[in-house]
Amino acid sequence: MDSLVMLLTVFVLAIFVGFEVITKVPPTLHTPLMSGSNAISGITIIGALVLAGAIGNSHLTQIMACVAVVFATINVVGGFLVTDRMLKMFKKKD
Amino acid sequence: MLSPNIVNISYLFAAVLFIIGLKGLAHPRTAVNGNRLAALGMIVAIVVTLLSGKFEWQYIIIGVVIGTVIGTITALKVKMTAMPEMVGLFNGFGGAASVLVAGSALVAAMQHIATGEASSQMKIATVASGIIGSVTFFGSYVAFGKLAEFLAVRWKLYTWQKIIKYGFSLLVIAGAAWFGVASIETSGLPLSIGLIASGLLIGLLLMSRKDRFPGMDIVKVLSGLVAVALGVLVVMNPENTMLFWVMVGAAGVLGVILTLSIGGADMPVVIALLNSYSGLAAAATGFVINNNVLIIAGSLVGASGVILTKIMCKAMNRSLTNVLFGTMGPTSDTPDADDVYAGKVKATSAEEIAMLFDGVRRVAIVPGYGMAVAQAQHAVRDLATQLEQRGIQVDYAIHPVAGRMPGHMNVLLAEANVEYDKLKEMDEINPTMEQVDIAIVIGANDVVNPVARTDPNSPIAGMPIIDVDKARTVIVIKRSLSPGFAGIPNPLFANDNTLMFFNDGKKAILDIISAIKES
Repeated sequence: MDSLVMLLTVFVLAIFVGFEVITKVPPTLHTPLMSGSNAISGITIIGALVLAGAIGNSHLTQIMACVAVVFATINVVGGFLVTDRMLKMFKKKD
Repeated sequence: MLSPNIVNISYLFAAVLFIIGLKGLAHPRTAVNGNRLAALGMIVAIVVTLLSGKFEWQYIIIGVVIGTVIGTITALKVKMTAMPEMVGLFNGFGGAASVLVAGSALVAAMQHIATGEASSQMKIATVASGIIGSVTFFGSYVAFGKLAEFLAVRWKLYTWQKIIKYGFSLLVIAGAAWFGVASIETSGLPLSIGLIASGLLIGLLLMSRKDRFPGMDIVKVLSGLVAVALGVLVVMNPENTMLFWVMVGAAGVLGVILTLSIGGADMPVVIALLNSYSGLAAAATGFVINNNVLIIAGSLVGASGVILTKIMCKAMNRSLTNVLFGTMGPTSDTPDADDVYAGKVKATSAEEIAMLFDGVRRVAIVPGYGMAVAQAQHAVRDLATQLEQRGIQVDYAIHPVAGRMPGHMNVLLAEANVEYDKLKEMDEINPTMEQVDIAIVIGANDVVNPVARTDPNSPIAGMPIIDVDKARTVIVIKRSLSPGFAGIPNPLFANDNTLMFFNDGKKAILDIISAIKES
């Protein structure tokens, strides 16, 4: 199978999984859902890491990718931490 | 070095952790662990990537360290009331990262292979990633600026606001000018002019003190068309990387102008929409670098944003097109505020309110954006505790679009230690509203306006509202009779069973608490 077709298959199926999973999130948790899913969209970091470190790439490419690493890391680290902070507040106090 | 199979299986494992993590968000009890599982998935993906080949480490380390420091500080310092701004800004970072990854992948590919060898999948995905990512970045910046109240406003700004506003605008203009001039020789005059022009347009739009101007819709359509046309050119001539950056600039103009005209009430929709764009940009980047985990994670986020956008639109009874292109405001049929209010509004005091609570069994508190502005969530909780000590049942009625982002009120009340099972959704509390003795509305307006049910010509006609007017007594805490985002008067304030307490939200609640303690 062509790699494009493979990737498209994964894309479409993942969208359906996303709809199934996210519909079950209650409105109370919609803000943590947004910040948490935002952290997940920071997955671009792995593309950025490879390009920033690739041997033989020009400096311009590496610097651009380095800036991408910064943005994506802020997204990942900040996103998961702030979601954790919020969700802890929702935990039932005994 | 790990073999490609191990790397890909680990990516699959990471994707599974993301899905299980999001599943955990289905309940507040499991949500903390869910989020941590998703974070673990991210760590797995990053570690495996770093073990997958030989790298020059300096840029990786610089980037990760700077990002970690900024991310940690922001996440730990940000106030819960400022959460919409933060999420808005972070969406933008996701978009920017996607643009830069796609851009540098394109540049790198063109250095290593002959033009003919770049696959059409890679070229088309690069274009998609560049356009969506750029719209996300600039749109999110505008959303952030509007939420932090320094973009498109007429009033005087604080110094830090001026630094961000003008600093960012000048940075965009100067960056585009420098890059444009530096590459005249390699890429030709027309493209350089295109890049400089788009940078200038973005910078000037961002400095404007108005959020609407004539010809806006034309610029929206034009910048969209130009971005797509340039995208086609990029696919045909990928070796001319300048084309890609001009396309990113045109998409940036589109992002700015799409978000600029959107008003405060519609902010929850826009943030949810940008959230989904940031996911789609990541998925597109996955197609650029042939990576499954990017595609899976990106589509999960994209789906999440789409669902939230739909919920928000439904809660306002508006279509997405109407939010993006329409306007919301008083129409010629809107009754005059003086006619609605004249002689019928009853003002009250803290002492009078304290006496009302005698012999009461059920109270519903309806918070809105005003509660966030007044930082009144802790005071509200204290009031509820006082009432509960007197044997009164207190619930919170939360409208889906109360506040500036989905779930905003819930987070604020959770911060003030309100248990989540006391936060009732609109559909849950409305049927029992007749049994509520006192409804306290704090800082909410349009979401409790009965006109939505009664007047089919009103701008908010058909919008589901919290039916506080059906409660026996309604207390509205508000600074004045000024209208909400929809710009229309609220006949609730003039009802027989409504009492107005004109005061700052926090001060009003504190006054009521001390009056209750004295009585």
